[in-house]
Amino acid sequence: MLRYLAGRLLRAILTIFLVIAFVFFVLHLSGDPAMMILSADAPPEAIKAFREAWGLDRPVWEQFLAYLFHALQGDFGNSMRDGRPAMQLVLERVPSTLAITVPAFALKLLIGIPAGIYAALHRNSLADRLTMMISVAGFTVPSFVLALVLVLVFSVQLGWLPSAGSDKPTSAILPIVTLGVAGAAILARFTRSAMLEVLGQPYIRAASAKGLQWRKVVVEHALPNAAIPTTTIVGFMVGTLIAGAVVVESVFAWPGIGRLLVSAVSNRDLAVVQAILLLVATTMVTANIIVDFVYGWLDPRLRRGGTRGR
Amino acid sequence: MTALLEVSNLSRVYEVRRGAWPFGRQATLHAVDGVSFELPAGRTLGLVGESGCGKTTTAKLVLGLVPVTGGEVRIGGESLPAAGTPSWRALRRRMQMVYQDPLGALDRRLSVGRQVMEPLAIHDIGKPAERLDKALAMLDAVGLAQHHFDRFPHELSGGQRQRIVLARALMLDPQLLVCDEPISALDVSIQAQVVNLLLALQQKLGLAYLFISHDLRMVRQVSHEVAVMYLGRIVEQGDPDRLFATPAHPYTQALVSAIPTHARAKRQRVVLPGEPPNPVDRPAGCAFHPRCRHATTRCRVEAPALRILADGRRAACHNAEQIA
Amino acid sequence: MGVRRFFEAWPPLTLLALAWIATMVIVAVGADLLAPYSFTALDLRARLSPPVFMDGKWAHPLGSDELGRDVLSRLIMSIRLSLLIAFFGTLIAAAFGTAMGFVAAHFRGKVEALILMLIDFQASVPFLIVALAVLAFFGNSLVLFVMLMGLNSWERYARIARGLTLSANEQGYAAAVRQLGASNLRVYGLHVLPNIASTLIVSMTITFPETILLESGLSFLGLGVQPPLTSLGNMVGYGREYLTRAPWIMLTPAAVIVLSTLSISIVGDWLRDRLDPTLR
Repeated sequence: MLRYLAGRLLRAILTIFLVIAFVFFVLHLSGDPAMMILSADAPPEAIKAFREAWGLDRPVWEQFLAYLFHALQGDFGNSMRDGRPAMQLVLERVPSTLAITVPAFALKLLIGIPAGIYAALHRNSLADRLTMMISVAGFTVPSFVLALVLVLVFSVQLGWLPSAGSDKPTSAILPIVTLGVAGAAILARFTRSAMLEVLGQPYIRAASAKGLQWRKVVVEHALPNAAIPTTTIVGFMVGTLIAGAVVVESVFAWPGIGRLLVSAVSNRDLAVVQAILLLVATTMVTANIIVDFVYGWLDPRLRRGGTRGR
Repeated sequence: MTALLEVSNLSRVYEVRRGAWPFGRQATLHAVDGVSFELPAGRTLGLVGESGCGKTTTAKLVLGLVPVTGGEVRIGGESLPAAGTPSWRALRRRMQMVYQDPLGALDRRLSVGRQVMEPLAIHDIGKPAERLDKALAMLDAVGLAQHHFDRFPHELSGGQRQRIVLARALMLDPQLLVCDEPISALDVSIQAQVVNLLLALQQKLGLAYLFISHDLRMVRQVSHEVAVMYLGRIVEQGDPDRLFATPAHPYTQALVSAIPTHARAKRQRVVLPGEPPNPVDRPAGCAFHPRCRHATTRCRVEAPALRILADGRRAACHNAEQIA
Repeated sequence: MGVRRFFEAWPPLTLLALAWIATMVIVAVGADLLAPYSFTALDLRARLSPPVFMDGKWAHPLGSDELGRDVLSRLIMSIRLSLLIAFFGTLIAAAFGTAMGFVAAHFRGKVEALILMLIDFQASVPFLIVALAVLAFFGNSLVLFVMLMGLNSWERYARIARGLTLSANEQGYAAAVRQLGASNLRVYGLHVLPNIASTLIVSMTITFPETILLESGLSFLGLGVQPPLTSLGNMVGYGREYLTRAPWIMLTPAAVIVLSTLSISIVGDWLRDRLDPTLR
């Protein structure tokens, strides 16, 4: 188990390193931030001074090593816009993002999983078909369309809720609902198909043929087994808590990580983009590791850290 | 006289890791370990043994599908080139393979006729019209009708599919066919038909077969010589009738006694204790000793070499004379 | 064939979805002929005129925007560009991913380990974030944008191609053909690829709507397709400014996005049942 943990950790660190390297080189090879920040018609001396100040005049690999060296000491560079430490700038936004993603996550679980289980247990009923239709919509309606429709109805037409900003407590409702509804639809579909697969297995039929109460069969046999595939998608959703709200935050002018990312990208603020990606990758990878362990806990066959199917 | 196929001291080793990378220890698996035999043109060598004894690996080594770790395979006196090289490709015209699962070995999206013609296309032999003629003739030779040409693999029976695989292999006029369990996936009623076809083709075309099977009765019926493998080594080799009538190696004895016969009372069944050991954990001395009734102290420490017995066959057992 | 059997093979919903997709393709192909105005033409006397279904005039059937540009014409051009991007993006993803899968299955060992690591990497970071990071720094080149869309979900094809090739190489037809002396080109091009094509096509019906959503999302944020070009996401992003005064600017392209992705998903489900019962 300890060996497995170490191996898993090694791969996680490798993934994070890859993300950092990938973003660093793409960002540095794709254009000159000096031109972007200072505008192209800035005097050449100013551009030269800017480059020297940010180390942009050195070879890329040298910049990369310097970046890694500093990052290991907790220094992730400063924002080129306002000169403050990039990581600090990013971390300041985390509570704001979590304020909408965490309730949305709860909403997904509370609606999605029960709806999926109910639909699977009442296959081909009206409720099942309705759930599936709504869940298809969850896949196919982009979040910005859903967000704008909600604004149109609840802010413009009815005037009940604010359409943007974060100054009122009610401001968070529409972003949370937008995120939650789409995620719940996906989760419901997933849970349903996982449940259906388990219910079709011989051991379930055997258990119910033995005369066990159906309710008992479902609770003791079907649900724990269906939980295994569902864990993957839930884990992925945990991973997106930090950065899964880019579009929604932009629509509702919510001051979270997502909006910071969009504006940092528009401004070519390298250090900030880099810091956000590092944070996102770390969250995702951590979530993946947690999923792996929940897997092992749910499925005794995997407990000894064997190879999980790719 | 040089035989068509000469295999000397053939070995294949796999490095396996027990446990996930980068942990777990490295281990060595001897899939095939010092196997030698000769196969003259037009003859059949039967290779028998339990699953996992290295029969199939031997077949792949002989065909050059898997690189050898040690030893040599010579075909027509020439050493086998590395897989994928142009000379290896050219050599496909002399040696071909027949598979255990004919449905898996055929492309289910192409008509069987096109697949029978494919070897000629691959080796750029003849014009399209000639290829078609030859394919139709070959279908006839393996006992299929012309209307089978446009069928798809799933539309044919198991026996018909195996005939197609055979026809495809014979399109290049090979001298050697390696048959890896060619009938074990077929219905018992069909098995005899396919075996008879193989025998007839051998007569007509002068083919040599390396016939791999775990079905001893079938091997006895088709082979001119039989080799018994256990854990990557040949433990007994010789004339099929003599080998099956009076097996010299205790492992062969156990195999032979497991053949169902009418006269059950005549022979006592030798039941082998335990499973064949994992080739990674090869027992010291004679690999068979943990399951052998006749094992002595010598068997536990000294691996017996394959030696010629008085009656001309070979066995790898210290006590062969006493047992037989 | 009876009516009943016809509708069993071709469910009405699938027929509707196919009809919608056909319409979209026709619109995309014939965009220049179908658009009543140039999509950049200004009509300052008819600014923010409502569509016909909101008591507007037939001069602008779907209304006009703040600059008096015809929404219908812009919609037609947007459909063309969005479909083009999604089409080529999906194609690139499928081609690149399948090639990577073949390479992994063919060479095994270190090459395979490297590709599997890339697959893990791709799956471990939300692509929208990576795309965002890469995009603005590359500027607004349409070609680069399409290539970026092509990087989305290549790992799905790589996984499929690798898995199916491994099993084909292990015991099946690929090994048999290779044993006959066939070149790699022949083995992969003439045997493996046709055999896994139906699975790949079904996967493309999943990637295609995803790519439309990704493109429209990025364009909505102003980081995808750049003016003067216009895409569906672009139009929604632009229409958002006029949500209260002229909701039609945003609603029609939004409806087209939803209907198109929905239709492709429906057709994809139907295809999956027909072509590839092994996929769920």
